[in-house]
Amino acid sequence: MRRRPGRGAPATADPSRGIELVGVHHSFGERTVLDGLDLRLSEHRVGVVGANGSGKSTFARLLNGLVVPITGSVLVDGLDTRTAVRQVRRRVGFVFQDPDAQIVHPTVAEDAAYGLENQGVPAAERAERVAEVLERYGLAGHADHPAHLLSGGQKQLLAIAGVLVMRPARIVFDEPTTLLDLVNARRVARVIDELPQSAVVVTHDLDLLDGFDRVLVMDAGRVVEDGPAEQSVRAYRKLMADR
Amino acid sequence: MTLALYVPRASPVHRAPAGAKLLALTGLGVLVFAVPTLTVAGGALAGVVLVGLLVARLPAGLLARQARAVAVWVVAIIAVHALVTDVLTGLEAALRLLALVLAAAVVTATTRVTAMVAVVERVCAPLRFVGVRPARIGLVLAMALRFIPLVAERADRIREAQAARGGAVRGLRGVTTTVVPLLVQVLQLAHTVSEALDARGADDVPLRRGGPRAA
Repeated sequence: MRRRPGRGAPATADPSRGIELVGVHHSFGERTVLDGLDLRLSEHRVGVVGANGSGKSTFARLLNGLVVPITGSVLVDGLDTRTAVRQVRRRVGFVFQDPDAQIVHPTVAEDAAYGLENQGVPAAERAERVAEVLERYGLAGHADHPAHLLSGGQKQLLAIAGVLVMRPARIVFDEPTTLLDLVNARRVARVIDELPQSAVVVTHDLDLLDGFDRVLVMDAGRVVEDGPAEQSVRAYRKLMADR
Repeated sequence: MTLALYVPRASPVHRAPAGAKLLALTGLGVLVFAVPTLTVAGGALAGVVLVGLLVARLPAGLLARQARAVAVWVVAIIAVHALVTDVLTGLEAALRLLALVLAAAVVTATTRVTAMVAVVERVCAPLRFVGVRPARIGLVLAMALRFIPLVAERADRIREAQAARGGAVRGLRGVTTTVVPLLVQVLQLAHTVSEALDARGADDVPLRRGGPRAA
């Protein structure tokens, strides 16, 4: 089960520190899902690959405090996800695999505005930022349309827009192209590629990792390979072929 | 279904405050029941249709769909009254029902969900004194409107998957074999949605939210 983290007093962020995982261990009941992770992620693009059940999604959820490790700690720009979760979530956006689970309002513009409402952004600025982000992702013509009538690709773009409109410093993507066709997967890949923010992308789509600065290969809750994209993807292919 | 029916137009009805439209809807409901005559019920229906088509400039098809959705009830009401009282009384009750359903459709089609939610939050504001957060009530309302079509779509997918494998999709067996997998999917969805709400700062909701979205 997910653990709800506590909230602490405001702390000061230090973007130069990046994301740090220190002695992270996590399990669900008897099943260990993350086993002794010590990492520092400061690269612009970090990819995470691994077989189903290797701990990738739990790893992604650590990075904005959706999951708090049973032992060890996760620091984002020096902020502990256990004690400064609100600040961490303002700094780290999270895009889920299934956009249908992420879109919570009935119409496109209303959903894009949701995170800003939570941040208490004034209505006029909210409208301006929503209009801008919907325009950028080709959703301006759908602003008042019911979200459930969008195509799969448009829903994923709306999910991304709903995160980007909050202007996070970092974004975590949990298998963002898994439910998409090739055209939409490429479109989302382009969107990720063009983001100015640093991103951690958990994926099964190895093409998505082209040009990434660093790729982690996970297996049974551990990082078994950590290096440039080409090297890690090769190691991942070999790991899968050996099974 | 009057879900997510908003039809964007630049009309006076669209521009009218959501609270005023909901009050007018309530007033119409009181009127047609307080003055139970055929003239009032017929006049109310005619008024609603005229406002919907000419002032709000809504597509006629939208109102027709809403009317079709209650057509069975309209016929049933007239038939029952024809047997129990008289046809005119049945006609009056049917016109009353149609007027209210179409009026609700006009309000829904001309009001953004956020504006409606803001009214609900204002109405619920006194509950703050007993520890209830009105913004949460508004969010629940918006999420209900968002997820009802999604859950219906998932139920359809389950039925299709069962039909593709020769399973029963009709009758009591069809219902029972749909409900269990649907429940499992809805629970999984609820878990992910709760994570998404956390990730999008639901815990940051200020005590008093801003008004309806500008523009």
